[in-house]
Amino acid sequence: MTFNGYGVWAIYRFEMARALRTIWQSIVTPVITTALYFVVFGGAIGSRMQEVGGVPYGAFIVPGLIMLSLFTQSIFNASFGIYFPKFTGTIYEILSAPVSSLEIVLAYVGAAATKSAVLGLIILGTAAFFVPLQILHPIWMMTFLILISVTFSLFGFIIGVWADGFEQLQMIPMLIVTPLTFLGGAFYSIDMLPEGWRTVTLFNPVVYLISGFRWAFYGQGDVAIGISVAATLAFFAVCLAIVMWMFKTGYRLKN
Amino acid sequence: MPVIEIEGLTKTYKSGLQALKRVDLSIAKGEIFALLGPNGAGKTTLISIVCGIVTPTTGTVTADGHDIQSDFRAARTKIGLVPQELTTDAFETVLATVTFSRGLFGKAPNPAFIEGVLKDLSLWDKRDAKIMTLSGGMKRRVMIAKALSHEPDILFLNEPTAGVDVELRRDMWAMVRKLRERGVTIILTTHYIEEAEEMADRVGVILKGELILVEEKTALMKKLGKKTLTLNLVEPLDAVPADLSDWDLTLKNEGGELEYSFDANAEDTGVPALIRRLEALNIGFKDLNTRQSSLEDIFVSLVHRNGAAA
Repeated sequence: MTFNGYGVWAIYRFEMARALRTIWQSIVTPVITTALYFVVFGGAIGSRMQEVGGVPYGAFIVPGLIMLSLFTQSIFNASFGIYFPKFTGTIYEILSAPVSSLEIVLAYVGAAATKSAVLGLIILGTAAFFVPLQILHPIWMMTFLILISVTFSLFGFIIGVWADGFEQLQMIPMLIVTPLTFLGGAFYSIDMLPEGWRTVTLFNPVVYLISGFRWAFYGQGDVAIGISVAATLAFFAVCLAIVMWMFKTGYRLKN
Repeated sequence: MPVIEIEGLTKTYKSGLQALKRVDLSIAKGEIFALLGPNGAGKTTLISIVCGIVTPTTGTVTADGHDIQSDFRAARTKIGLVPQELTTDAFETVLATVTFSRGLFGKAPNPAFIEGVLKDLSLWDKRDAKIMTLSGGMKRRVMIAKALSHEPDILFLNEPTAGVDVELRRDMWAMVRKLRERGVTIILTTHYIEEAEEMADRVGVILKGELILVEEKTALMKKLGKKTLTLNLVEPLDAVPADLSDWDLTLKNEGGELEYSFDANAEDTGVPALIRRLEALNIGFKDLNTRQSSLEDIFVSLVHRNGAAA
């Protein structure tokens, strides 16, 4: 056996089944939350704002809202997926099974990324009911959607392995990722900021991800598309390297 | 050929705790091996290393000829583990969790085999029940079903009957024997020494991370076993008479019982001579019985002896 396909499929299916079992939490809640964003930002505030770069404000915030859901849901799904077996003790079975580190990551991260990508597409479909949408580069849009789902699922996996309690599990998504997303141009163009703040904002890595995704929709972003792609790939590579190190050393998994 | 070969195995945790101090052990194919030891002796660490859950500090382990680290896939495919704790996915159904385990260990789906395992463990009627609704005993059966789902050749049972009722314990013993008949090697840790006495072919005693003894159970009981003869006296004695000083005698039960401990394997146990001497001294007895020391007695004495020496 060089690749334990049955093992990967078993974990993947288990994780997907968990999402279906908790469908309100997994799908319905994020969709309702996003719809509320459209009502508040798109409807109430958007109606008083002018277009941003020729794009109606309601439509402008769609990529940012999808990204916000992708970030938080990818992290939540993957971190919970690996943390919960650690918490309950069922991790013993994964660690004693003939599955390699890569296969474990593939299964958990694959499932978490699938759930987030599907959720992203559902939110996109929901958005179409509220605002006029256009997607100039659909292949790039899907590429970003999948790559960012996978990258943040890897990030979530790291948090899940690292976390010692439910508080730590929530800490990074709530205290770091959500603020960075709000300040990373999810609801505005960074061109709207004063010069000094614009420079500060460029140190926020989330800017590059949202900008690239928005470019796929409207052909315009806060930074060049090449820089967005490079930043996304760099974040992906860093997360992958940390996960590989965790398995190699058994960090918080073995011993 | 040994199915499990452990050489120079040590484990020191980051806290500095030395859980295993150079353990060497060979387990033959098809045998039932009981690993005994007090809490914290290193039993679970040893099992966890063989199963891949804990990384050893030094040493090598092979399972059916496959190194557990360099050839982990082949090694782990051979091994099934029933852990000590009842760790299950509470929201899963019995059938789903057992099917999951089979897939996890790289085996193609085989509903007929899973059905057989569940029926053997009296779980088939509960196949659609969520694990959280099951009793502790039934959860224990689920753990065993999960471990057997991928048809392992080597089965580790870490305290399999802790907290289960007598009936289930008997059922499990029957199941273990049945597995052995199929050629499965079983390594068992238990606090119930009678369990080891009932089932094991060989016994290993681990203490403070060291394997202090590995022996055939029957040979061990023969070698270390003591026998006790108890005589219920007609008239109680105040003290053991001086004329009986050649025997290791103790008065019990307010002088109503005379107890004689002797080596069960000795050529001359001294029992006939003692009876003759009692007759000569006109010390009558109403009844007598003998008792062979159990594996538990042997285990306790070994632990005490080595504990005191350490």
